[in-house]
This record gives sequence, structure tokens and C-alpha cells, in this order.
Amino acid sequence: MLPIDYALCVIALWLVLAVLGLALQGSPRAITRLIFPLGAFGSLVLAATALIALSQTPSVAILPLGLPDLPFHLRLDALSAFFLLILGAASLGISLYSAGYFRATAGGTLGLLTFEYHLFLASMAMVLLADDAYFFMVAWETMAISSYFLVTTDHKVPEIRSAGFIYLLIAHIGAIAILMCFGVLQGAHGDFTFEAMRHNALSPFWASAAFLLALFGFGAKAGMLPLHVWLPEAHPAAPSPVSAMMSGIMLKTAIYGILRVSFDFLNTQHQWWWGILALTLGLATALYGVLFATVQSDMKRLLAYSSIENIGIIIAGIGLAILFHANHQEQVAALALVATLYHALNHSFFKSLLFLGTGSVLHATGERNMGKLGGLIHKMPWVALLALIGVLAISGLPPLNGFVSEWLLLQAFLLAPTMPQLYLNMLLPLGAAALVLGGALAAYAMVKFYGVIFLGQSRDEGPREAHDAGPLERAGMLWLAGGCLVLGLAPVFFILQIDNVSMALIGHDLGGTAASAGWLWLTPVAAERASYSPLILFLIIFGGTLFTFLAVRKFYHGRVRRGPAWDCGYPAQTPRMQDSAEGFGQPIRQIFDFFFGVIREVPSPFDTKPHYHGETHDRMWTLLYLPIARLVEKISTQIGKLQHGRIPLYLLYSFVTLIALLAFVR
Amino acid sequence: MNISTLLFQLFQNMLVLLAAPLLVGWVNNCRAWMQGRSAAGIFQPYRNLVKLFHKDAVLANNASPLFRYTPYALFTSMWLAAAMVPVVAVELPLSAAVDVIALVGIFALARVFIALAAMDIGTSFGTLGARREMLVSFLAEPALLMVFFTASMIAHSTSLTTIVETFAHKQFVIYPSLAFAGIAFLMVLLAENARIPVDNPSTHLELTMIHEAMILEYSARHLALIEWASAIKLFAYITIGIALFLPWGIAEAGNWGALPLALVILTLKLAAAGFGLALLESVSAKLRIFRAPEFLGTAFLLAVLGILTLNLLKV
Repeated sequence: MLPIDYALCVIALWLVLAVLGLALQGSPRAITRLIFPLGAFGSLVLAATALIALSQTPSVAILPLGLPDLPFHLRLDALSAFFLLILGAASLGISLYSAGYFRATAGGTLGLLTFEYHLFLASMAMVLLADDAYFFMVAWETMAISSYFLVTTDHKVPEIRSAGFIYLLIAHIGAIAILMCFGVLQGAHGDFTFEAMRHNALSPFWASAAFLLALFGFGAKAGMLPLHVWLPEAHPAAPSPVSAMMSGIMLKTAIYGILRVSFDFLNTQHQWWWGILALTLGLATALYGVLFATVQSDMKRLLAYSSIENIGIIIAGIGLAILFHANHQEQVAALALVATLYHALNHSFFKSLLFLGTGSVLHATGERNMGKLGGLIHKMPWVALLALIGVLAISGLPPLNGFVSEWLLLQAFLLAPTMPQLYLNMLLPLGAAALVLGGALAAYAMVKFYGVIFLGQSRDEGPREAHDAGPLERAGMLWLAGGCLVLGLAPVFFILQIDNVSMALIGHDLGGTAASAGWLWLTPVAAERASYSPLILFLIIFGGTLFTFLAVRKFYHGRVRRGPAWDCGYPAQTPRMQDSAEGFGQPIRQIFDFFFGVIREVPSPFDTKPHYHGETHDRMWTLLYLPIARLVEKISTQIGKLQHGRIPLYLLYSFVTLIALLAFVR
Repeated sequence: MNISTLLFQLFQNMLVLLAAPLLVGWVNNCRAWMQGRSAAGIFQPYRNLVKLFHKDAVLANNASPLFRYTPYALFTSMWLAAAMVPVVAVELPLSAAVDVIALVGIFALARVFIALAAMDIGTSFGTLGARREMLVSFLAEPALLMVFFTASMIAHSTSLTTIVETFAHKQFVIYPSLAFAGIAFLMVLLAENARIPVDNPSTHLELTMIHEAMILEYSARHLALIEWASAIKLFAYITIGIALFLPWGIAEAGNWGALPLALVILTLKLAAAGFGLALLESVSAKLRIFRAPEFLGTAFLLAVLGILTLNLLKV
């Protein structure tokens, strides 16, 4: 059996589980005890298959499904395998977690949710395996629609319905662009298989058109500026495991699409300005996302904006790779590409982990607003510990995984040889500056996220009765947290695997140099230029901490007294005097005032019932979306005038149309 | 890697650990002299540490393990960071594991931990300090990285050892880009070490304090470790500055013969740097907290200018 056959078996398993979910509506216990763990098993098989397929030659399959004469073409190559690995590895943790998380959901809802959940999983795998435009679009739409229904699980809440609508709208604007992109890519041959597109030499103009359409279409799904607006609406609306899956995995399918089009179909036709465009858009997205993340009060919105930031970093990395590739600097291009892919893999781990963490918090307290949480480290030690790993990883701190990919990407920026285009030499350091600024702000947002939710004292009743996550939920999160650790401590192994993708797309890899100094040392170019050893770093920090602890006990003592916190001479302290979520974000809001749309109601000093209210808006709505919406509405009103409801008039329209058609088609 | 270089590494570790409080004492003494106060003596930080270690630790009732173990992690991180800076010798075995980007990462790790610990008790001061610390750092950290990037682009390496070797063995050339970087680095040094004009280490005034607000709940050995870590951090920053901008006179690892001379030169450089720091602190005033981002934004811009100068003009 070829790897692709295993992958198809997993897809079939998920589809069967989806239908079983509907059939077993009456017994929710069967669903949580049987279907989700089986789905997780499928994920495990898929991840293993993908890992094996990474280093093998591409395998293809043709399924006689779909329309007559349009069979489904499938292909499993290194690029697909890498993203299938992300899908399998992350969904393993999420499905395990879901098995515990959905215990308390009612049967009917749960059956439907199980159906959509597994259909969503299967459709994502199909997107990654598709090898013709027709099957790709079928899978892509299935993915969009199944995730739409997952987002609107709580469809009785009006906000959630409208969030789902925005998601569906932008997903479809993107889908149209993707469809047009495939139209351009097939040239005039009428052959919509990817194999034909791969060998199609387009003129520079049409190649650029295809790239721009792909960037727009897939960018809409990924949450690239200015098409990111659906993300912060849809992620909080969806149940947490679904948010984890959308953020951790689905966004990556869009990244896969960009890579597939730009590095597979248009591989030899790269133009350097594509790289500039993607780099600038990516960095703008990253900074935009992280700035908004720092001022959010809803914990899931904060994570959604942080996803926008990470997608921005990934797109910037793609831009960098395109830039080097177009200038035939293949070694650095490979470095940038590997860094980008590594970040995509990392993000799927730590972001899923954090979303699952918010799920447990939400489950235990019923509260998404961080301003009402606090002190959960005492009630939910497991979730707090695992979330801490996620927070450190996403902040890009050594020795965890977020740091590795950021480090590699910075190396790509730093070790860039001189570019033939003069102002590019200027742009690259600015890009590096934007990237590190984004990284530092991410740490700000994450300290806020963790500090306000898990530390301090409970700000409300909810957190005081909280309970820790169940064993299955813990297991799911543990898998993802373990992934963050392993990806951070032994990067060389994973880079050697990712090298296959880089080899297939660019023809160069890092393996020769990255592992030249042994598996312990990561040396992307040469040992004397840059080296990093996370394992040694970890051992020193961990061992050093232990040593210091023991030394202090040995030479002095370990006596501890407990007492009330110091009240600064003001005994009437309450938990509400801690920073709220708004308070913690206030400095950023004040510094980047021009950037946010802020609505603030401040009580007067004589107010007997003082009430403070502050809200930060995404200006993109008023600057871009509302004008478009108004324009569309205006045009529709104008067109609506054609509608009179009188039969003779309609007959006249048909007549005029017929005449016009005859005149044209003649 | 052989025994000799390992011994050198151990020697440097101990040197950093023991000399750091002395440097703080020296800076405090210089400041006292300049401000016309009578000084406490340069060994005062050691006495403070011993006193704190002997006391019983008091923890707030709702302190979590995170609060309790952060001082140890902080201390280790700072020690590690300082130990890998080429202070008296280059080619240290540790510096291959941690390059300049990872060094900044270690500083960030320590900062995130102390900020989280500050939020753990849930007093208004703790969260205020954590918020301000993150505010200062989100501009200081990129500025520091850009300074390092300027140096690594000159040396074609992000390894601190290679950078220092390149600079130490190069003919003396004034790089305009390094001048920008140097000023930026100085500003970052002041901000990151809680010095005037961004923070004031010798006050507990609510309106201004940053670092002190974060550690208000700590006592006894925990506080001692944090104070010691701060001293090591200052030592690390000053030695990084020396290594980047005044690297002459450093010894090769394993070359024990060159060590005494290198130590004497280092002592002189540190004394001069400490004096300069005290002077800077005596003649400048504390900024309002919302002027701090402007101060650090300037540092960031200067650092970016430095790297742009390097890239465009090749100087």
C-alpha cells in the first residue's frame, strides 16, 4: 500500500465517523467515548503516514468519483505530506480533547457537531491531497461550509450568526479568487489537472495575475490584512476545539495553497516584486494583529488576533523565500522556506494548545471576558501549567519551539547576501525590525493573557468554583504541549524532515549544513556564523535552577511563613484593584492611539454609580468594509428599481436581453 | 572543547557571580560621591545579600508555585546570560549554544517570568509593575536586537564570540553604524536595568516605580536572588557593551598567561563604565512613565538607522 492509500483510508474513516455521529445522536456517551477517540486514532495514522511520505517519491491516485469524465485526481508529495503532518499531529490532540470536552453537550447538537467536525477534518485532508482544480474546489467548499456550521453551533445567539455570516462571505470572496486563479493557471488548454498547470508556461503578466489572485484568495482564508476581519469574529463564536482546529490547521491549508501555487505551479516564473508584496503584507498583518491582540478583553479574540499575527509572520517568510528564489539565491531561499514551514508547524501546536486552554477555562467558569477571571492557577493547575508552556512558546522564548522558527527567520534576514535591487538591501533590515517588534509585542499580549486569566485573585464568582480539566482534555493538551517542547528542543530532526519539502520546491535544502555539527547544534549556514543548541540551553536553565534551589537550602535554610499580601497601608483592597484586561492593554492603546478606533465612556467625579466602558474597534471596518457595504447596497437599490412586479415589464426585459444577445453572439 | 576552556568557563561563571554585586556597590558609591552624600562602601550589596539570605521568607497566602520558583529561574537565566558574554576571554564553550538572538531570548524569558510572578499575588502594585515592565521592554528588546544585528552584519555572524574576535582583531576603524548602535545600546542599558531616566532603583514612589513594583511582594532569600540577578544583569549588559564597542585586551580561552592582564583591563573598563553610569544618573532626571516609550522609540530608531547605514553605505 502506498502512503496515499493510508491517507485515503483515514479520510474514509473520518467520513464514516461523521455519518455514525449522526446515527448515534441518541447516545452522546457513545459519541464521546467511541467516535472522537477513533477520529484521534485516524489522526495518528495520518500523521505517521505523512511523516513517512515526506521522504518518499510522490504517489498519485485517481478516484472515479465526481462528474462523468472528471475523476478526482489525488497526489501526495512532500508539500502535501508536510501539511498533512500538521493536520494529523494537531488534530490528534484536539480530537482527544474533544472527547472529554463535549461530554456535557446535548445529544442532538452533539450528533450534528460530530458530523460536521469529522467532515471538516476529512475535507481538509482532501484539500491537501487534491491534484486537480475541480476536486480542490469541491474539498475547499466542503471545508468552508462544514466549518461555517461548526462556527454557528450556538446559532441561537445573534452575534454568532452574524460572525458566521461574515466568515462565509469572506470565505466565498476568497474562493472566487482561487477559482479565477486556477482559470488563469490552466492557460487556454482547458486542462484543470494540477499536473497540466505545473507544466504550463505562462507569460509574466498572467503569472503575476495568478500569483495575485492566489495571494488574495488564500489570504482571505488565512486572515491576511485587510481580509482578516472574519477571524476575530468567528474564533470566539466557535466551540473551543473548533477554534483550535480552525486556527491551528485550517489557516495552514491557505498557506499550503499559496505555497502550492507560487512554488509548485509558478516555480520558475518568480518575480522579485511578488516577494516584496508578500513580505510587506505579511509584516503589516503581523504588526496589525499583535497590536490588536494586546488590547482585547475577550480571551478568544486575543488569541484570534494573535493568529493573525502568526499568519503574517508566515506570509512574510513566504515573501522572503520568493524574493531570494527570484534572485537565484537558493540557499537563503531554502532557509527562509524552512523557517516559514517550521513556524506553520509550531503555530499549529501552540495555538491549538492555547485555544483548548481557553476551552477548559470557559467550561469551568462560563466566562470569556478576561476581566472577570483571575486566579485560575489555584483551581486548574493542569490547565495553567500546560497553558504556560503554550504562552512561553508563542512568545518566542527559548528553549521552546516558537523561538526556533523566529530564530531561523531572523537568520534568513541577517544572512541575506547583497541583493541586485538596491532598495531591497534597505527593506530587509526594516523587515527584520518589524519582525522583532512584533515578537516583543506578542510577549506583551501573552503576559496579559496568562497573567489576567490564571494569576492574581479571582475577579468574579465564576473562577471561584472552577474545576480542573478532565483526563481526556488533559491528554489532548499534554500532547500539544509536548509537541511544543520537542519541536523546541530537537529542531534538527524536524528540519531534516522539512528539508524534503524545500528540496522538492526549491531544489536546495538545509540538511547538509543545519546538522553538520551534530544533532545537538542547529547551524543553518555554518557553525561560525550562527549556532544554537536549545537542549543545552534547557539543561543549563533547568539544572541551574535546581542547583540554585538546593544550594540556597543547603547554605541557608528553606523556612517560609505565609501571611496576607502587603496592602501598602490601605486595608480595603479588593480583587478588583488588579489590572483588568483593559487596564493591562491601556499603555499600548495610548501609544498607538491613532491606530485604534476607541470608544470610551468615563464617569464624572460626582457620579454616584460610576461606570467605565472602553471599547477598541478595528478601523478596517469603517475605512474599508462599511464603504464597500454601502456601495453594494446602493447598487442593489438601483438595480432593485428594475423590479416592479409587473409582468409586461419583465417580458420587455426578456425581449431586450434576447435582442442584445442576438446582436452580440451573431 | 577541552579541559582548559571548560575551566575558563567555570572561572568566568564564578567571576560574574562574585563581581556583579561589587559593580553595583561601585556605581552606588560613585553616585553618592557625586551627590555629596557619604557612601555606604562598595561592599554594601554583599552585606545586603547576606542579611536577606538569613531572614525567613514571607509568602502571601495565595502565592502560587510560579511565584515561589521564579526567583531561582530568574537568577539562573541571568547567570547564564552573563556567563556566555566574552568578559575576559573569547571562545567560551557556552557561547556556541547561545548566540546573540538567543541571548536576547534569555533576557526576554527572565522578564516574562518576573512579570508573571508580579501578577501572581494580585495586588494592584504587582500588576502595575508587570504592565510597565512589558511596556518598557516591547521597545527595548527590538532595539537591543537591532544593535546586535548591526554588529553581526559587520562580523557576518550572530555568534558573540565571532563578533568580539572580529572587532578585537580588526584595525581600529570608526563605523558610523556602530556609533548609532552604541547610543541605542546605552539607552537600552539604562531602560533594561531600571536606571534613571526610565526607572529609579532607589525609590519606592508609586507613580514612578517599575522594577521595584514588581518585586514588592518578595522577601528574604527570594528577594536576595532577585537583587543578585539584577546585579548580574547590569554586569552582563555592561560587559556586552564593552565586548561590542571596546573589545580590546580580551584573552583567548585557555590562554592562562594572558588572563591577569585581561582581568586588569576589564577591571579598569568596568570601573570607568560604572563611573559613567553614575554620572549619567546624577545629571539626568526621571522621565514620566509615558515619556519612556518615546525614549525607547528613539533608541529603536537609532538602532534601525545604524543597521540601515551599514547596509546602504557599507560603513
